[in-house]
Amino acid sequence: MPDRRFIHIGFFAGAGIIIQLLTYFTGTGYFLTQLTMSSYYAIVIIGLCMLMGYAGQISIGHAGFFAIGGYLSSAMTTHDLTPFKGSLPVRLLDSIGFLVDRQGLYGEQILHFQPWVSFIFAVLVTVAIAYLIGGPVLKLKGHYLAMATLGFGTIIYSIVIGTPVFGEADGISDVPAFALLPGLTVSGKMSVRIENFYIAWGLMSICMLLLLNLVNSRVGRALRSIHSAEDAANAMGVDTATYKLRIFVISAVFASVAGVLMTHFNGGIGPSEASIMKSVRYVAIVAVGGMANLWGALIMGLVLNFLSLRGYFGSLDDAVFGGILIVIMLFSPKGLLRKETLSYMRDIVLQRGSEEDNA
Amino acid sequence: MGFELFFQYIVAGVTYGAIYAIVAIGFNIIYNTTGIINFAQGEFVMLGGMTAFTLNTFMPLPLAIIFAVIITMIVGALIEMIFIRWLDNPSVLRMIIITIGISILIREVALHVWDETVRALPYFTGNEISSIAIGGVRISPQVLWVIGVSSVIVVGLHFFFKLTSVGRQMRACADNRNAARLCGVSTRNMVTFSFMLSAGIGALAGCTVSPITYVSYNSGTLLAIKGFTVAILGGLGNSIAAVAAGLILGILESFSIWVMPAAYKDAVSIAILLLILFVRPSGLFGSKERFGLKEF
Repeated sequence: MPDRRFIHIGFFAGAGIIIQLLTYFTGTGYFLTQLTMSSYYAIVIIGLCMLMGYAGQISIGHAGFFAIGGYLSSAMTTHDLTPFKGSLPVRLLDSIGFLVDRQGLYGEQILHFQPWVSFIFAVLVTVAIAYLIGGPVLKLKGHYLAMATLGFGTIIYSIVIGTPVFGEADGISDVPAFALLPGLTVSGKMSVRIENFYIAWGLMSICMLLLLNLVNSRVGRALRSIHSAEDAANAMGVDTATYKLRIFVISAVFASVAGVLMTHFNGGIGPSEASIMKSVRYVAIVAVGGMANLWGALIMGLVLNFLSLRGYFGSLDDAVFGGILIVIMLFSPKGLLRKETLSYMRDIVLQRGSEEDNA
Repeated sequence: MGFELFFQYIVAGVTYGAIYAIVAIGFNIIYNTTGIINFAQGEFVMLGGMTAFTLNTFMPLPLAIIFAVIITMIVGALIEMIFIRWLDNPSVLRMIIITIGISILIREVALHVWDETVRALPYFTGNEISSIAIGGVRISPQVLWVIGVSSVIVVGLHFFFKLTSVGRQMRACADNRNAARLCGVSTRNMVTFSFMLSAGIGALAGCTVSPITYVSYNSGTLLAIKGFTVAILGGLGNSIAAVAAGLILGILESFSIWVMPAAYKDAVSIAILLLILFVRPSGLFGSKERFGLKEF
C-alpha cells in the first residue's frame, strides 16, 4: 500500500493539472505566469518552513540565498566573454562546452556560460556560503540569531546594489532562456507558458515530497526534538548542531534553485528580490501557514504570492504582510493552519460542543 | 593622507557614531526593562525626522522638533499599549516577529503619508555651505549640533536614571522585575515609559541628523541594524559602553570608504556585527559571566 505522503503529493500534482485545464477552458491562461512565479516562491517558503517550523531557527535573510542563486546565474549568462576569447581560461571553458554563443538584444554576438553550468555553479556557491555562514550563525539564539540573519540579508543586498557586475540598482535584464532538457525550456515566452507552469509545479511537488520524507524520518524526529528542547535533545545524543546546519543548507539550496529558475523565467532580476522585505514576507507566509506545517506553508505560499503578484493588495503590498505577521503572532503565535486550529474549526462547523469532547 | 583629511574622516565618523550610539541606547532602554529587542527602533528615528519636517512647514523649527518628539513618544506609547502590554510572558521569537511587523507597518504608513522622496530639515544654524574653522579644519555647524545634542541626551539620561523617581523605578525593573513589583513599582507602566523614552530620544536624534543625512520612509532599517551592532559591540544593556562602541563603529565606517567603494560601507558595519556575534557576543566591554545570566 502506498504511503499517505505519496497520495497527498499525487493529489497535489493532480491539482496542478486541474488548475492548468481550468485556466485553459476559462481563457485565463495569463494567470499561469503568476502561478509559475508563486510556485517558485513557494519552494523558498517550504524550505524556510523546514528551518523555522521544524528546526526552530528563524532566518530573516532567506531572500539573500534566493538572490545569490538568481544573480549569479543571470550574471554568468549575460556577461559577454567575447573580449576575453583569446585568453586561456575562456578557451579552456569553451573547449569543454561550458560556453555558448547567442544573439543579443541588438543583434550582437554574446559569448556566455551555459545556463546549466551557471545553475550548478550558483547552487554550489550557495552551499558553500550556507555552510560558512550557518556554522557560526546557528550557534546563536533568539534576538542574536534574528539579527545575524538579518545582517546577512543586508550584506547580500548591499553587495548586489553596489556591484556593477550585478547591475547595481537596475538589476540584470535580458537573461536567456534555460533549456533544462531538449524541448523543455524555462523562459517567459508566451508559447511555453503552459510547459513552464508544469515545470514549476512539478519541481515544487518534488521538493515537497523530499521535505515530507525528511520530516518523517530520523532527521525529522531529531529536528522536532531540537525545536521543543534543544538542550534535552543534545543530552540524549542528538547532534543538534549538525542537524540544524544541514537543514539550513537544504533550505538555502531550495531558495537558490528557486532564484535561478525564477530569474530565467522572468528574464531578469532586480535588487528588490534581495531586500529585507522579501525575507520578512517569506517569514510571514511561513507563520500564516502554521510554522511546523509544510502543507500550510505551501498552500499559503501559493495563494498569498499569487494575490500579491496579481496586484490585489495594491500599494499596500508590504503592509499586508507586516499586518499578517503582527496579527498571527499576537493571536496565534504557533501559526494559523495548525492541526489544533483546524480540528477546532471543524468542531465548530460540525457543531460538536466541547462538553461532548470531554465526555 | 594629510592631517586635514584625516580629521575630516574622524569628524564624519564621530557624527555618525553619535547617532548610532543614540539608537543603541534606545535599544538598551527597552531591552533593560523588558528583555525585548525592539526591531522598530530605527523607525522612531525616521518618524521623528519626517514629522518635524512636516511640522516645520507651518511652525518654527524648535517648536516643530519639540512637537515631533512628543508625537513620536505618543506613537511609542501606543505601540506598547496596543501590541505588547497585554501579552502574557511572550516567547522571544514571537516578540522578534511582532516588532519586525510593527516596523514594517510604521514604514508603510510613512510611505503613504510622506511618499518616497527624501526630506531634510533646514540647518539649525547657518546653511549647507557655512562652516566653522577648528584648528585649520572646516566643519559644518550641524555636526557640532549632532555631537552636542547626543552628548546632552547621554548625560541627561544618566541623571534621569540616577536622580528621578521614575528613572530609579525603571532601573529597579531592569535589575529584577519581580522584586520591583513587590516593592510597589508598576512594571507595566515602566515598560510603557521605556518605549516612550526610547521613541523620544530616537526622534530627537532623527531631527538633529536629518539636515546632514536626509530622511526617507525606509531609512529606519539600516539605522536599526547599525544601532543594534553598536549595542552588541558595547554589550547589550550597557548605555555608556554603547557611546564608546558607537564612536568606534562610526570612525571605522568612515575610514572604510578610504579602502573600498562607498557602496560597501554598510556591509562593513554589518560584517563587524556578525564578527562580534560569532566571537564575543557579550560585547567588547561586557563581562562573559553576566552575559551568561541574561535571557535573550
